[in-house]
Amino acid sequence: MAAVKLLGFWASPFVNRVQIALNLKSISYELIEENLRAKSQLLLESNPVHKKVPVLIHGDKPISESLVIVEYIDEAWSDGPSILPSDPFARATARFWAAYITDKWWPLLTEYRTAEGEEAKAAAKEKFFEGLVLLEEAFVKSSQGKGYFGGENIGYLDVVLGSLLAWLRVREVTQNVTFLDKTKAPELAAWADRFTLNPAVVNVLPKTQKLVDFINSFTKAS
Amino acid sequence: METSEELKLLGFWVSPTVARVGWALGLKGIKDYVYVEEDVMYNKSPLLLQLNPVHKKVPVLVHHGKPIAESDVIVKYIDETWKNYPLFSQDPYEKAKILSFAKFGDKLYADAFKAMWSRGEEQEKVVKSTIEELQKIEEEIKGRKFFGGESLGYLDIALGWISYLLPIWEEVAFIKIFDPIKFPGIALWAENFLSHPVIKEKLPPKDRAVEYFQERRAFITSIIYG
Repeated sequence: MAAVKLLGFWASPFVNRVQIALNLKSISYELIEENLRAKSQLLLESNPVHKKVPVLIHGDKPISESLVIVEYIDEAWSDGPSILPSDPFARATARFWAAYITDKWWPLLTEYRTAEGEEAKAAAKEKFFEGLVLLEEAFVKSSQGKGYFGGENIGYLDVVLGSLLAWLRVREVTQNVTFLDKTKAPELAAWADRFTLNPAVVNVLPKTQKLVDFINSFTKAS
Repeated sequence: METSEELKLLGFWVSPTVARVGWALGLKGIKDYVYVEEDVMYNKSPLLLQLNPVHKKVPVLVHHGKPIAESDVIVKYIDETWKNYPLFSQDPYEKAKILSFAKFGDKLYADAFKAMWSRGEEQEKVVKSTIEELQKIEEEIKGRKFFGGESLGYLDIALGWISYLLPIWEEVAFIKIFDPIKFPGIALWAENFLSHPVIKEKLPPKDRAVEYFQERRAFITSIIYG
């Protein structure tokens, strides 16, 4: 069995994504913490194109980009529980929402934080909550009354969205806004608690206080 | 046997992301589908807004009444539904490398588009990074006929815009990025790619495309630069 290494950073939600996927397949791996201000030779050689974490190294094969890595894990360890659904249309739907979450919705949080002035902030907040409502609808459709996007068990979309929960909670503290608003998204709010406690997840997502301290260490340094 | 009502593609004549879907369908030998031209600039149809309410964009593929949006999601769906002419390697690692590199191609696309409409120092900066990014593409294609090897694959489809759209953007913006002398591998690939029968039949007419992007550029610069 070829060794599995994960080049990562404990606070990165995209690294957390990969950790959760590895846990779902019960894959043992070595986590190599990268200092993102002084990237290691191994990282630069393994991911010369993007130079980012996470990078999964399976044997001597490096794979980069968190969503690509999760699909790779699903295919390379095909005898474990499936992460993506098997039906092509269900897979397409999951990939669609994964791209929406990663490329459109998650950046809205940064847009809100960095918006200048009341009007801009209100506009960014509105866009964020519009997206949240879309994700609530997607959850209801996908879960079909069960506990996860993947149904009975954690699936691809649970991993993609769930990996962001630690940072979402931290931003609720630092921005004083209830981003995961249970009046707007009751099912997602319940899902968030359920997901965070799942055995594959519980030791992966950083605790809120640790992330708050991490953010504060940056603001002190700058 | 599927009837033409079972497969529908909503598109826009000059869109490279729509072209990707057309190419994927062509390579799989799927010709029997309804193509709906959308007026995305001025008058999106109620059908489009209903089928892709989140992004309101083309391409949208409708199969058995179910809509799929986002060109990379659609192409993967096509590949997983019609098993002939596989667009990916069967090996998970080779497939992952292709997908990871395609993501890099998305960045190149965004930078090249920005190089087309930006001005002054901003343009100089993004032209420079686009050329650096293109160098990675050159390294990737080196010695091969197509990114997929002897036949077209996912990466050729994803990067196809480089062969015909990038030169149009360069013309419209009076910039030089894709110098065939500096990028001989890409130049040869582009020739092979553009002469492939499936690819050829889905290319937009050049003069019309140049006119379209001249208008787009003028519009964008008027918004950004006033």
